[in-house]
Amino acid sequence: MVNYYLARTAQALFTVFAVMTLAFGLIRLMPGGPMDFVRAQLQQEAGAVDQAQINAMVEVYTNVHPEQPLLDQYVDYMSGIMRGDLGVSMWYDRPVSEILAMALPWTVFVMTISLAFTFGIGISLGAAMAYAEGSRFDSISTLVSIFLNSIPYYVAAIVMVYFLGYESGMFPIGGRISSDVTPGLNIPFIASAFYHAALPIASFVITAFGIQALAMRGNSIRVLGEDYLRVAQLRGLPPHDIALRYIGRNAILPMYTGFMISIGFMFGGSVILEEIFAYPGVGFYMFRGIEARDYPLMMGAFILITVAVVIGVYVADLTYGKLDPRASTKGGDREAF
Amino acid sequence: MFLNDWLITPLRVIWDDWRARVGGIIILLYVLMGTIGVVLISEPRPGDGPRLIRPFQDWAHPLGTDINGNDLFAQTVHATPPMLEMIVAGAVFTTALAMVVGTLSGYKGGIVDRLLMTFTDILLTIPGLPLVIVLALVLDPRQPWVVGVILTINAWAGLARAIRSQVLTIREEAYIEAARLMGISTWRILLKDITPSLMPYVLVNFVNAARTVVFASVALYFLGILPDTFLNWGVMMNYAYSVGGALYTSGTAHWLFVPLMTIVVLSFGLILFAQGTDRVFNPRVRARHASQDDLEPGEDDMSGEVATQIRG
Repeated sequence: MVNYYLARTAQALFTVFAVMTLAFGLIRLMPGGPMDFVRAQLQQEAGAVDQAQINAMVEVYTNVHPEQPLLDQYVDYMSGIMRGDLGVSMWYDRPVSEILAMALPWTVFVMTISLAFTFGIGISLGAAMAYAEGSRFDSISTLVSIFLNSIPYYVAAIVMVYFLGYESGMFPIGGRISSDVTPGLNIPFIASAFYHAALPIASFVITAFGIQALAMRGNSIRVLGEDYLRVAQLRGLPPHDIALRYIGRNAILPMYTGFMISIGFMFGGSVILEEIFAYPGVGFYMFRGIEARDYPLMMGAFILITVAVVIGVYVADLTYGKLDPRASTKGGDREAF
Repeated sequence: MFLNDWLITPLRVIWDDWRARVGGIIILLYVLMGTIGVVLISEPRPGDGPRLIRPFQDWAHPLGTDINGNDLFAQTVHATPPMLEMIVAGAVFTTALAMVVGTLSGYKGGIVDRLLMTFTDILLTIPGLPLVIVLALVLDPRQPWVVGVILTINAWAGLARAIRSQVLTIREEAYIEAARLMGISTWRILLKDITPSLMPYVLVNFVNAARTVVFASVALYFLGILPDTFLNWGVMMNYAYSVGGALYTSGTAHWLFVPLMTIVVLSFGLILFAQGTDRVFNPRVRARHASQDDLEPGEDDMSGEVATQIRG
């Protein structure tokens, strides 16, 4: 039991560590990569500034110290990130951590609601489809689910921003809140936040719930055929208990895999989605960083998105251990992930 | 006998399922577009026709033209071969790697299993798109097949996991144990007895990888992250979006929607095919087909179980 949690924690930490190392490697080791780019840019801007000064500036921007031996650079870089120092954005000329700290809550806000709706709709629809297996409702829902799932979320986003944003003006085409509300716990602010987040959330939910519904349908149908269900019925247990405790629980458990994959998928997708909706979250800034070749900002956003996903998956994994006792007794040997 | 086992029966099972039938026809159309279509339709050049013709107006340009008079249909067709190349590269890469890692891990167990699965889990957790973006920027790939491999750099992890757990189950089966007792070598068992039961996973993964490549490549070309060294539907969208201002300039929307629809239709075909072919490898269904029996209704429905299971 303790072993399981320990292993999961170690793995989460190791993943973060691996990604930071990868980021460092990409920044530092690639020929003609970020380091040279930053240096060239600074040289161009500053003109005839001497080498030491340029090195000092490179250091400030990328958080990598080019003069030291590789190992020292690496240790410095890693401990810098641990302290929350992600370098300075060249485009905005502000600390990267400051920019991203402002943006992260909004991305988390959009993604959490998207996940909740995707799985809420997916699970209820899937259960209903399994209940009515073989009916017209079932086959139409299956077809619709497959079709909606075959639309990339960014395509849905473009279509929606075109028709509902530009053409009809029903929804805003950018921003997180309108300019005339004061941030805080007041109703106009919350309403405005939801209003601006509606289209990004819808793009994710509409294109993602289908596959979850199909998965839930498959799971439920399989559980419905199990022997222990017959036994439960023969024992005369109330249908309500059977539906929730026997079918519901066993059918939903395998959905956790999909849930964990979705966390990464949606957070990663924020790069495209927030760009299309001009929604200043972490993904939006990552894209700004890419466009301006602002490597500190880009790498900072990459690390932050990854860490957010690792934490999300970690929490999901721990609760999975609570729900499914088999997971923790088998020593973290998750099945069919 | 060989032909019957490996070609005719699977094809008949596929043809029997409407999802696989429709999906297969759609995929075939795209393959034809990328092979024969390229020969039949001449390459798009600026000034081929008048600027910004709407679709279905002028049959010389069935899907209309863009702001430079480039024929949109020709652009769509000529973007297909590199896309097919990317898809094949990505699908082969993910399948091969996942097969090796998954079977090795599942069959060997112990420390090999621990190490491989830790590595797999890490890749599985890292969000794919940002990783691919960062790699694409640093590596600046210019050949379609390299792009294909980069786009699927961590797409194989889900399949490797699925294959491992399949191997773990199969390993305990009586007939495998019998084979082991008969002194048949590990590799022969893996190849002869275990690999066939993994085929549905492999096929579905092929289709999933194809979808990953289409989605990601179009996204990255659309955002202008990959260099536009060859035509791509995403490049078309990028021009329509940034040069044409298709979202707010009237008369340019079709420029954006033609490549959009191209992607959606292909993706729909791929998913249908994956959902429908799940049954091909179901031995009971195949046995029925071999003996010319008809399927009983309601008995065959696996609802694309594998397809939904390993989607990553």
